[in-house]
Amino acid sequence: MAMEKRARFRSPWLPYVLLAPQIAVTIVFFFLPAGEAVYYSAHIQNAFGGNLEFVGFDNFRELFNDQLYLNSFRVTAVFSALVAVLGLGISLVLAVFADRIVRGATGYKTLLIWPYAVAPAIAGVLWMFLFNPTLGVVAHWLRRAGVDWNFLLYGDQAMLLIVLAAVWKQVSYNFLFFLAGLQSIPKSLIEAAAIDGAGPFKRFVTIVFPLLSPTTFFLLVVNIVYAFFDTFGIVDAVTSGGPGQATNILVFKVFTDGFKALDLGGSAAQSVVLMAIVITLTVIQFRYVERKVQY
Amino acid sequence: MVEHRPLLTFLSHAVLIVGVAIVAFPLYVTFVASTRTVEEILAAPMPLTPGSHFVDNYLAALAHGAGESTAGVGRMMVNSLISALVISIGKIVISLLSAFAIVYFRFPLRTFFFWMIFVTLMLPVEVRILPTYQVVSDLHMLDTYAGLTIPLIASATATFLFRQFFLTIPDELAEAARIDGAGPLRFLWDVVIPMSKTNIAALFVILFILGWNQYLWPLLVTTQESMYTTVIAIRRMISGGDAATEWNLVMATAMLAMLPPALVVIAMQRWFVKGLVDSEK
Repeated sequence: MAMEKRARFRSPWLPYVLLAPQIAVTIVFFFLPAGEAVYYSAHIQNAFGGNLEFVGFDNFRELFNDQLYLNSFRVTAVFSALVAVLGLGISLVLAVFADRIVRGATGYKTLLIWPYAVAPAIAGVLWMFLFNPTLGVVAHWLRRAGVDWNFLLYGDQAMLLIVLAAVWKQVSYNFLFFLAGLQSIPKSLIEAAAIDGAGPFKRFVTIVFPLLSPTTFFLLVVNIVYAFFDTFGIVDAVTSGGPGQATNILVFKVFTDGFKALDLGGSAAQSVVLMAIVITLTVIQFRYVERKVQY
Repeated sequence: MVEHRPLLTFLSHAVLIVGVAIVAFPLYVTFVASTRTVEEILAAPMPLTPGSHFVDNYLAALAHGAGESTAGVGRMMVNSLISALVISIGKIVISLLSAFAIVYFRFPLRTFFFWMIFVTLMLPVEVRILPTYQVVSDLHMLDTYAGLTIPLIASATATFLFRQFFLTIPDELAEAARIDGAGPLRFLWDVVIPMSKTNIAALFVILFILGWNQYLWPLLVTTQESMYTTVIAIRRMISGGDAATEWNLVMATAMLAMLPPALVVIAMQRWFVKGLVDSEK
């Protein structure tokens, strides 16, 4: 595709006017605050809310010596790994079976896509209601089956619950992309393998899955970004980071340290670390993900 | 299908039906809870068939919310709708204008501006949360619709999408317009925008859902109940603890909060899928 137009219009001022609204919003609400975060991350505020004192990298040093922060990193890593693996696995299975079906596939698709429209915080509330130790329907079943279920007390159960809510919401998105990827694989390849005697399972392992790898890798990055940044609402609604620190993911911690604990320098340093993570993920997404996958 | 394997086809349907059932179960339970009384819900386990309080619960939620809240969900639905519309339409308009400027003009700092917009991809609200709040507070935009929407209105994704699409519009069209004496704005309005209709529809579905489902941002910039959006109203309703929560009304509110985005997805399914796929390319 052409990257440049040959036919252009000429005006010394019009392009700037057209760009002005976007650039204004970008500067005021993106660059200014991001710059401030970087600035504050190198300062501390004294106890009386007075002068800022320059401390260099002290906030970062403190951060990476803080057991709570390191714990938050661990929690985030476990959470995003579980969300990505479970989310991709479940939706791949559903998409593979949906791709096999000739009649009724659109019906299943319609029924599977609506969790996408549900806000993360509401997804959290729905799952919390099902698993609520005192009144949840599923919690009741679990207790009857002999499971000592109380996610308000047990960290592992709390983690499991936010993973379930996060995966539930993301499955529709993954499913749509996997299905599109599967449908773009040439039927002639599959037929040739079938004629050579390869059964459905063998065909999936040797042909379909390798051809699907660009989609899988793309979805992996998207799911990690989702688990890192778009699950704040789920954590806030279901566990508020607890019990203890068991579900205190990084974006939740930067919020509580900034707004509840009012730790300006520490929170800003956390913001800068998060920025570095997003930049890395975005670069990976643009540099290594095959973006010309045919849908 | 490559070969006929009735057993595998049966298995496929079975797996998909189980999948759909699991996906739908939380929604079904929410609906059931929204038709029952608090007492029925608290007598765990709650019955799994719809009760008889559908109308009462929804009217109560719409009129005065749940728990200690005084503002009704009706008001919050209006707030959510205004925010979602301003965010989605605002993003589309300013991105369309930026992409048009970047594609159809050559001017100093063009690449610089393009990169500036690109970099916003790497700065989600979550990473610049405290300073952005301070900016909005300094501008006296807390508890206003402007504060709820304008800071979210920049969009690198939408700008890229329009830029990609504009690059596929044949050059002859712009040349013809120029020869006919049409200025750039005329060309934008009469040629480019009508040609972009499908893209605009697809983007609108995605951005409307995104705007309606905002959580962290409205949580920060609203303090008065009358400015809450529906999504954060639910969070406030359950913060009083299990015993104090009117679960039937909370669940009715949850249903109401899910309804508009779900309707948009189902009514505009074709554009929704296109929008999802396009905006990630």
